[in-house]
Amino acid sequence: MTAKTSEQTILLQQKSSWDWPFGKALKKWVEKESGAYAFLSMYALMFIIFIVVPVLVAFFLSFTFFDTIQFPKFNGLRNYIVLLTQDEIFMRYVLPNTIKFAVIVGPGGYILSFLLAWILAQLPKAPRTVLALILYSPSMTSGVAMAVVWKTLFSGDQNGYLNSILLGMSVIQEPIQWLQSPQYLMTIMIIVTLWSSMGVGFLAMLAGILEINPELYEAGSLDGISNRFQEIIHITIPSMKPQMLFGAVMSIVATFQAGAIGVTLSGGNPTPQYAGQLIVNHIEDFGFLRYEMGYAAAVSVALLLMVLLFSRLANRLFGSED
Amino acid sequence: MSRKKFSSRFSGIRNRGINPQGFHTSQIKFYFFLLPLVIFMLLPIIFIFSHAFKPPDELFAYPPRFFVVNPTFKNFTDLFAKLSSSGIPVSRYLFNSVVITIVTIGASILVSTAAAYALSKKRFKLKKALFAINTVALMFVPIAVTIPRFLIIEKLNLMNTFLVHILPGLALPVGLFLLKQFIDGIPDEVVEAAQIDGASDVGIYWRIILPMIKPAIATIAILTFQATWNNADISTLYINSESLKTFAFYLTTLTTTTAGANAVAGQGIAAAASLIMFLPNLIIFILLQSQVMSTMSHSGLK
Repeated sequence: MTAKTSEQTILLQQKSSWDWPFGKALKKWVEKESGAYAFLSMYALMFIIFIVVPVLVAFFLSFTFFDTIQFPKFNGLRNYIVLLTQDEIFMRYVLPNTIKFAVIVGPGGYILSFLLAWILAQLPKAPRTVLALILYSPSMTSGVAMAVVWKTLFSGDQNGYLNSILLGMSVIQEPIQWLQSPQYLMTIMIIVTLWSSMGVGFLAMLAGILEINPELYEAGSLDGISNRFQEIIHITIPSMKPQMLFGAVMSIVATFQAGAIGVTLSGGNPTPQYAGQLIVNHIEDFGFLRYEMGYAAAVSVALLLMVLLFSRLANRLFGSED
Repeated sequence: MSRKKFSSRFSGIRNRGINPQGFHTSQIKFYFFLLPLVIFMLLPIIFIFSHAFKPPDELFAYPPRFFVVNPTFKNFTDLFAKLSSSGIPVSRYLFNSVVITIVTIGASILVSTAAAYALSKKRFKLKKALFAINTVALMFVPIAVTIPRFLIIEKLNLMNTFLVHILPGLALPVGLFLLKQFIDGIPDEVVEAAQIDGASDVGIYWRIILPMIKPAIATIAILTFQATWNNADISTLYINSESLKTFAFYLTTLTTTTAGANAVAGQGIAAAASLIMFLPNLIIFILLQSQVMSTMSHSGLK
């Protein structure tokens, strides 16, 4: 009986492996790896649908003419050529604005958050926690809630807080239209964005500084490090490179994402005389106001490439060699 | 150098150094530098609180007042009494926001902890590549692909459904990244010991990994909360039916339309709504901040 059963099993096994030559390999794969993919599957599905596919579609659309009604028509590199040679608004306002905004807010916010994290780390736990919470709290406010506050503070009539203060001190003679005048809008956008820039990257840097082994500082002082500045350059930053890099990437992404602030503040797209127009607004302008989706997609691809490029640069600066 | 001499020489450094135990006069200069900045950061927040409780005559006082003098709840009662143009009460928007936020947080924790467990503790060929792709996706700017996303959501028949509020928020690359880094900190021996004891994959995930990564889960909960609760874009882009829109969307209508914030009656209502939007963020962060900090120490990119 037992002999027969085992004979049957052997026969069955032979049969199944003959039926399907990859049977064995598949079985091995199922045993070893399928569990991992099962755990990954839900995330992967959402990730593919809402992140990977949109990026691919944007890439595809950027080579077409697409007005949302007709099927996209292949257009070759036309959109990119137009973007680089004929889009006067992009070249005259959007690109310089974006670069100016990114250069000030990106490194500015990054240096500020490292500096603040470092200072906070020099304080005992209780005040450190309270102050860190206050510094992080602006990052929790949504764009819409913020619009109410900043719009009231910078309101253009004499009731606006800033106007009222300046009038009171006789610095100005009549109220200034802060949010509608091209010369002030950008500055206000930068201030508001810097104000809310202590996000996840700031928390990571603070934690990174606190994690550094205190013996490293003692060893450093034996090796002749005599002041705080040397300590930061030779011990603190090298010890927290991974957090510095994470903070840099987060700050780059936040900088390019913050683009909506100008439209929120001034109340319209395009912003007054394109003074606060950033790439993000340009995409919205063409995609959702003019329905030139193909062109907007090309601008989107340009934006993604810029973010990738800057992140690469950050990687060069802070990445470890391994 | 004797031991005593050594410690007396370097105790000074310890006192001045990172994470001190108590107050030391050398810290005064840091407070001196921090305080103006902290006040600058805090002013708008105080303003949200103070503004929401101002009666009409203080909202429009000249010269404008920063702090409220006679606080009142009138703005809040106005807010809840006001019906939107289509006759939907504000409580409906608030209810939608609460349900959507809770479901999204729960689902996103399950989805991303499972994926992070696989990426950190399981062995498979594509592991490194998949994590690298997720790290690149950290740099993803959602607004850049708004248009294709719109087309995909339309094709999937998700327009005007409750699901469209939830599904796009589930793949949070930062969340998966932080969780994976945190699980890396759990020794492999713990998982191996459980395997020897005969625990299944799901058992290990549910009974060993999840309880050990509570701080990281709290962090993901906060990040998802902030992203979902504050999100007005989904209602604007993908939802036509008023009864499916969220509170954040309602607030945008108050602040952007001419009938909203600019009108005399609208400003008080907008101020109250801003406070209601902001407060839950603050409370949750205060409750969970110590967990966040312990997660962040694992947050490095290599």
